[in-house]
Amino acid sequence: MKGLTKDRLWAIAVLTPSILLLAIFVYGFIGRTVYVSFTDWGNDPAQALALNPIIKWVGLANYQELFTGFLQGRFRQEMISTIFFTVFFILGCLGLGLGLALALDRNPKGEALWRTIFLFPMSLSFIVTGTIWRWMLQPQGGVNQLPAAFGGKPSTFGWLSSTDSVLKFDWNLLPIITAVVVAIVMGVIAYRAFASGQRTRTIVAAASAAVLLLWAVFVAPNLKMLPAPEVHGFNLALVGIVIAAVWQMSGYTMALYLAGLRGIPEELREAARVDGANEIDMYRRVVFPLLAPITLSAMIILGHISLKIFDLVYAMAGPDNTFASVPALNMYLTSFRQNQFALGAAIGTILLILVAFIIVPYLSSQFRTEESH
Amino acid sequence: MTTTIPTAATAKPPATAPRKSIGRPGLYIVLVIAALFFLLPIYLLFATALKSPDAINLATTWRWPAALNWASFSDAWAKIGGNLGNSLFLAVVATVLAAMMGSLNGYALAKWKFRGANTVFALMLFGMFIPYQAVLIPLFQFIKALGLYGTIWGLILAHVVYGLPITTLIFRNFYADVPDALVEAATIDGAGFWQIYRRVIFPISIPGFVVVIIWEFTQVWNEFLFAATLTNTSAQPVTYALSQLAGGQAVSWNLPMAGAILAALPTLLVYILLGRYFVRGLLAGSVKG
Amino acid sequence: MSKVQFKKALLVAAALAVTTSAAAAGKLEIFSWWSGDEGPALEALVKLYKQKYSSVVVDNATVSGGAGTNAKAVLKTRMLGGTPPDSFQAHAGQELIGTWVVANRMEDLSALFKSEGWDKAFPKDLTALISSKGGIWSVPVNVHRSNVMWYNPAKLKAWGVTVPKTWPEFITTCATLKSKGVAAPLVMGENWTQQHLWESVMIGTLGAQGWQNLFSGKLKFTDPRVVGAFTTFGKVMDCANKDASGLSWQQASDRIVDGTSAFNIMGDWAAGYFTTTKKLAPGTGFGWATSPGTSKVFVMLADSFGLPKGAKNRTEATNWLKVLGSKAGQDAFNPLKGSIAARIDSDLSKYNTYSRSAATDWKTNKIVGSMVHGAVAPESFTSAFGAIIDQFAATKNSAGAAAAAQQLAVKSGFSK
Repeated sequence: MKGLTKDRLWAIAVLTPSILLLAIFVYGFIGRTVYVSFTDWGNDPAQALALNPIIKWVGLANYQELFTGFLQGRFRQEMISTIFFTVFFILGCLGLGLGLALALDRNPKGEALWRTIFLFPMSLSFIVTGTIWRWMLQPQGGVNQLPAAFGGKPSTFGWLSSTDSVLKFDWNLLPIITAVVVAIVMGVIAYRAFASGQRTRTIVAAASAAVLLLWAVFVAPNLKMLPAPEVHGFNLALVGIVIAAVWQMSGYTMALYLAGLRGIPEELREAARVDGANEIDMYRRVVFPLLAPITLSAMIILGHISLKIFDLVYAMAGPDNTFASVPALNMYLTSFRQNQFALGAAIGTILLILVAFIIVPYLSSQFRTEESH
Repeated sequence: MTTTIPTAATAKPPATAPRKSIGRPGLYIVLVIAALFFLLPIYLLFATALKSPDAINLATTWRWPAALNWASFSDAWAKIGGNLGNSLFLAVVATVLAAMMGSLNGYALAKWKFRGANTVFALMLFGMFIPYQAVLIPLFQFIKALGLYGTIWGLILAHVVYGLPITTLIFRNFYADVPDALVEAATIDGAGFWQIYRRVIFPISIPGFVVVIIWEFTQVWNEFLFAATLTNTSAQPVTYALSQLAGGQAVSWNLPMAGAILAALPTLLVYILLGRYFVRGLLAGSVKG
Repeated sequence: MSKVQFKKALLVAAALAVTTSAAAAGKLEIFSWWSGDEGPALEALVKLYKQKYSSVVVDNATVSGGAGTNAKAVLKTRMLGGTPPDSFQAHAGQELIGTWVVANRMEDLSALFKSEGWDKAFPKDLTALISSKGGIWSVPVNVHRSNVMWYNPAKLKAWGVTVPKTWPEFITTCATLKSKGVAAPLVMGENWTQQHLWESVMIGTLGAQGWQNLFSGKLKFTDPRVVGAFTTFGKVMDCANKDASGLSWQQASDRIVDGTSAFNIMGDWAAGYFTTTKKLAPGTGFGWATSPGTSKVFVMLADSFGLPKGAKNRTEATNWLKVLGSKAGQDAFNPLKGSIAARIDSDLSKYNTYSRSAATDWKTNKIVGSMVHGAVAPESFTSAFGAIIDQFAATKNSAGAAAAAQQLAVKSGFSK
């Protein structure tokens, strides 16, 4: 397009209000939250809710409190919970969504009706979903009564009330576990880079894997975040919330996959069949590789939804069930119930960092591919 | 599309083996089981909403009520009817504003690319992914400083601003598909930024608006965190009222269930009537940044 | 017409009335968590208020949800937002003092107490509880008792057990009941009801004086006696149902009615639930005793209303407080709420069987404040204590829980 300066200026002028608003509401507010998280606002009850509170700079004290403070076991469990939740939620949505999409891709009769049924929960509020599923998962009702409808014994599983957890580990071991996991990932990257002959990448990845492993073996065991062992794990009370979240969001992955499947030209499939591939091979070699980018997109979108999830947990388990709680909920309670605004801001900042880890590479890669077009 | 299923058998014998194993009856069995997973909660929702409080018994949860108790709905309406009105006002105003601004933004970004436009856009988009907990405290203070705390207008402002990234995104991608030749032809006719928008772009924007409006309406209607922190009792939207109805000391579950139906109805209707556009908004929000 | 619309219409009507007749129509916004079952009691108070001040339009804002936890969060955003309600409900004692009084957001009501003669109408223990820094900060409307154990008399007879008098005795009874096939002799509900139980175990083990010392900082949570009480609490929890956090207190009470469990420790609002909702007769349909080890102790909690600084309608709010503290107000409210009057001169003939027995104890027993219901500990303690109980439920580590509680007490500023 030719450069018509006046019109270009108009374009910028039109964008300016939005840019300003977002600059304030997104970046300004984030900056303010990060600042508050470095203060002691709320530590002194007399200042917490004063009209003009006096607040002091305390540096990283709030973060230190969250990760190593004796009283913040709840937050640490929530960090673990949110990671487990995210993994199971994404797996559930991808698995169910892909299965449904493959089924619908075979053009069953009434395809539109089936699709509508699988997708309608997407239009509901998490609060509505949470209200329904809370009732479904009552200790002696709903889901637990289902076996009885078929003549069996009612189940007694404490969907939202269980205090048990599995996959337990000591919080003090977290640095070692993280280092080993990252080292293994690095090792795999190094191996693949080696196989494809990328020398620099091989060296960098292998070296970082080695450093991490050495650190994990020699340094980490001497680090103690907490004076006493603190056991965390995957709380079974979260299972029901994962199911409700999958119920609501798997239609979304189905729609994504279905759009992807419909976009695969039939000739490609035919070609594979002509090459002698059976149906399973055809999916493995042709269809699934083509769906890989969609899987990645879906994982990113679902991942950030999962890290932010708050209303569903609030509606299903209530604010005071620490076995089924997540950092996003804790942030609200810490700020607006315990009046610990700085601590709440720190939790908000940690959430933001987690989400940014997922979103920033995604956004920048999206725009890099777009620029290169 | 796989319209070749019947003929596939004749093409290559090996290909038929797995196909038969998950043949048509198998396919429908899978679909029916999946549909049960999605619909059983809805059955229970209606079955419970239509029971009278003393007919609700955990042991007979799954039974359809012997006598339909429609009063649940009028009772729920009495409790959250006003909040439904708040939600409607909120969602309509916020959606219209966010859609108008998004359309202009999308037009400016797609058709009048300036240097750094992509960077600006990427920075805007980030706002759509942030956890709102990370802005909640300053947002609250800001709305309070504007004197809008407790009113529906504070909530509208928050929703419009945080809705801008997605509406801009959808319109930008929508206008990117409009041939540049159309715009160029108009410039040759001497039309400027605004004339082109009014004569060329806006008239073909209807599908874009439908997608954006449906998406944004659903988002705003369903939102909870801002609703819980920025409004007073009289301005609270329905999601908050519903959480109160269910989270309170309610033993009679017919009330929150009826409330859930009332709160879900508007977005559900939109989805059922305009599902095609809903899905498009869904995809627009993710596939292409 | 919905309630809100109706209110709006009223407001419009009121505004019209002002402009046309120039009559002095005021407004009053009161904020509470009394909806649902407690709604009628509050309505009775509002009605009484309107009889005296008929031109005032009362906006009765309620936020429901377990023991006011939701309401408190909403109130906080409103106070921070600079639009305080004219008068709001708060548990009498440290909950109000530790949050709002220390932040200098409340008006001192000492003068009002003097002019209304309330310094003599309320028990001294109670006035002490709602005072600090030389001021009196709220008007108590009602009194509830926290340390009550509920049971089903017919069921106890069938099982052949009696009501245990101490916690060790309770644990023995629990073993007996388990051997008779009662899986969960004790029923409890969501988190706060577990804290409620903890409170009874602590007072029953440490005694009233020990309990008071705990919250005045004279006794540390890490003291061996307190750790021992935590261990007892762990054994008591072993008697309880495993699905606790999924139950509201009403659902927990239902299990006493249907005989699934034998005992439930709950505040005396349960009496109202048993008689009104479940239509059971006091004494035969349901029975009660003080929690084990707490006879002659009245663990109290009270709802009260205060006057925030910057209230828009200060005069109307002060008049509201006058109605709340009056004998007529308290006797209109409490029989419906199922609580007893905070005043010692109330007309007992208006109250039911249970309340009359409680009112007698109120005058004769040793009075201490409840922790979980905000009388003796500030909000910063109570709202974080739930996590400690949850942790304890999972680990049963008494020393760990006691140490955590001590640290929280130090952080909340009432212990060193």
